[in-house]
Amino acid sequence: MSRHQQSSSLGPSQEELEEEEAVSGEGDEVMGEAEDGEGYTSSTPTSTLTWISWFCSLPGHEYFCEVSEDFIEDDFNLTGLNAMVPFWKEAMEMVLDVEPDEDSARVPDVSIVEASAELLYGLVHQRYIITRQGLQAMADKYENATFGSCPRVYCQNCYVVPCGRSDVPGLDTVKLYCPNCHDIYSPPSSRFQGIDGAFFGTTFAHLFFQSYRELAPAPFYKLSSSAASSSISPARSPRNASDSGHLEEEAFVNPNPYGGQKRAAGKVYVSRIYGFRVSERAKSGPRMTWLRMRPESPGDLDMVDWRGRWLDEEGGSEFEEDEDEEGGDRPMEDFDPVRTGLK
Amino acid sequence: MLRRAVEELSTGSDSDYSKYWISWFLSSKGNEYFCEVEEDYILDRFNLTGLNTEVTNYSQALDLITDNLDDDIQDELRGSLDVQARLLYGLIHARWIVTARGLAKMLEKYKKADFGRCPRILCQSQPLLPVGLTDIPYEKSVKLYCPRCEDLYSPKSSRHGSIDGAYFGTSFPHLLFLVYPHLIPPKSGPPDITAGASSEGRRVAPGRRAREELEGSVTEGVGEGVSTAAAALKADRYRPKIFGFQVNEIAKLQRWQEAIRDRQVARLEDLDV
Repeated sequence: MSRHQQSSSLGPSQEELEEEEAVSGEGDEVMGEAEDGEGYTSSTPTSTLTWISWFCSLPGHEYFCEVSEDFIEDDFNLTGLNAMVPFWKEAMEMVLDVEPDEDSARVPDVSIVEASAELLYGLVHQRYIITRQGLQAMADKYENATFGSCPRVYCQNCYVVPCGRSDVPGLDTVKLYCPNCHDIYSPPSSRFQGIDGAFFGTTFAHLFFQSYRELAPAPFYKLSSSAASSSISPARSPRNASDSGHLEEEAFVNPNPYGGQKRAAGKVYVSRIYGFRVSERAKSGPRMTWLRMRPESPGDLDMVDWRGRWLDEEGGSEFEEDEDEEGGDRPMEDFDPVRTGLK
Repeated sequence: MLRRAVEELSTGSDSDYSKYWISWFLSSKGNEYFCEVEEDYILDRFNLTGLNTEVTNYSQALDLITDNLDDDIQDELRGSLDVQARLLYGLIHARWIVTARGLAKMLEKYKKADFGRCPRILCQSQPLLPVGLTDIPYEKSVKLYCPRCEDLYSPKSSRHGSIDGAYFGTSFPHLLFLVYPHLIPPKSGPPDITAGASSEGRRVAPGRRAREELEGSVTEGVGEGVSTAAAALKADRYRPKIFGFQVNEIAKLQRWQEAIRDRQVARLEDLDV
């Protein structure tokens, strides 16, 4: 209930909330606790269960985490949402388990408010899960494998996170993002096919793995574990090479401190007929291995410039004959934040 | 556990189905990936070369499959025989589906999407094909190959996840597209199994087209010919973004991957595949 001096658009809802406080405060000592966002007894028949817990426990709602009531009660966090949610006041009351006003009779049907409450909760959820608290709540769910694992065989059951393709509700259902193959998949069960992707948003999945880098697979991979140490050592800082020695087998280090710190599952499928690789010269030969490939060492990533061209082997590629390959590209490197950020 | 359940089902329904073991097998739950092996193929002993060493009670298992088993066989033997018959049928199946007629039968199932659809969003529900990771039985369960992203996925249902991959073999999907190159699906757009990349005829003069695409200009991509050299350029991919901005390390990896792709396209266009 802070931030009373918000913009005027928030005025009405702020007043509403205060009104609710006033209304509910009458002769109801339970509501006193409610303002703390703790031990809030709901107005629904099942008094021990808040609307939020109930909503998150519904089948198909396993991906949702519980947004703390403090977060919802802070109007700053709801900026702009009242324009997107019909029956805003009633929806807020439902989500926060506040006794409805006397004049709530103007709402034609409870199911409409329920839909609004769901939309409201979903949109708040999208914002909540990119806060520190929300990320932590989702990390707990992630480690319990609540979101399932990647269907791709060579991702070796890497856990996935829910991901929207749009931040605007009503456009697409929720998808699952795999941090190992950086791809998105449809949830395995049809019960998730009715969940709006906007309730998770486009940002969450990636902010999540930026925040928890130890959960994010690194962008490079070398096949055998004994060879893995040699793939790391060239780009490895001397600090690690000197003190860790034989520990290299277990310790995995990505020289990019802002990158994924987990050893990647980097195997790529090779199609074979009777044990022989299908040649890429065949019409049906492999065309998509690049999609899942990883360089052997992190330094290899720097062989491609910001425009996606090879820096060193212009002879090998047809495309680099174009115009300004070296002359145009080289000076740009210094201004490229991607490269300078890493070195 | 599943196997036992199906066994019980098999013994229970013996009276109804004992006439045709294969049709019973194909219609039982969890066996949707299998196609019917023609009896002629099974009866030709040449096709079964070597299987007698893989399957215990080989001749009785074969009799069971071909519905020639004596009725006076012991019940306890019948139970273990059913397991052996499944193994034998699976191994014959792996050989059968890489024959011309077997491929055609599996193609029908593929067109009906009997093997499910690719879970990858950007493959737009491309139908899948079953594949094994090894041809040796009892090693790896069956996987599903997506001809669009050319990758492997695990079956959604555990019922299918417990099928032995050796019953389909490592070669089958690749042989299918070697034999039916016109069915190779395009890398973008909704899946149309009846018309593949080539019959859609998307090709411009090699080299120029690829460069145009690199420049980001819209190419019409209409023409005839059957090259798949530049097919990968059409493939959609997901780009992770935080508040609309690409993630540095992932973007770098994706640029590297696309550079690998462009190099392959250039190589193939040089060869004029």
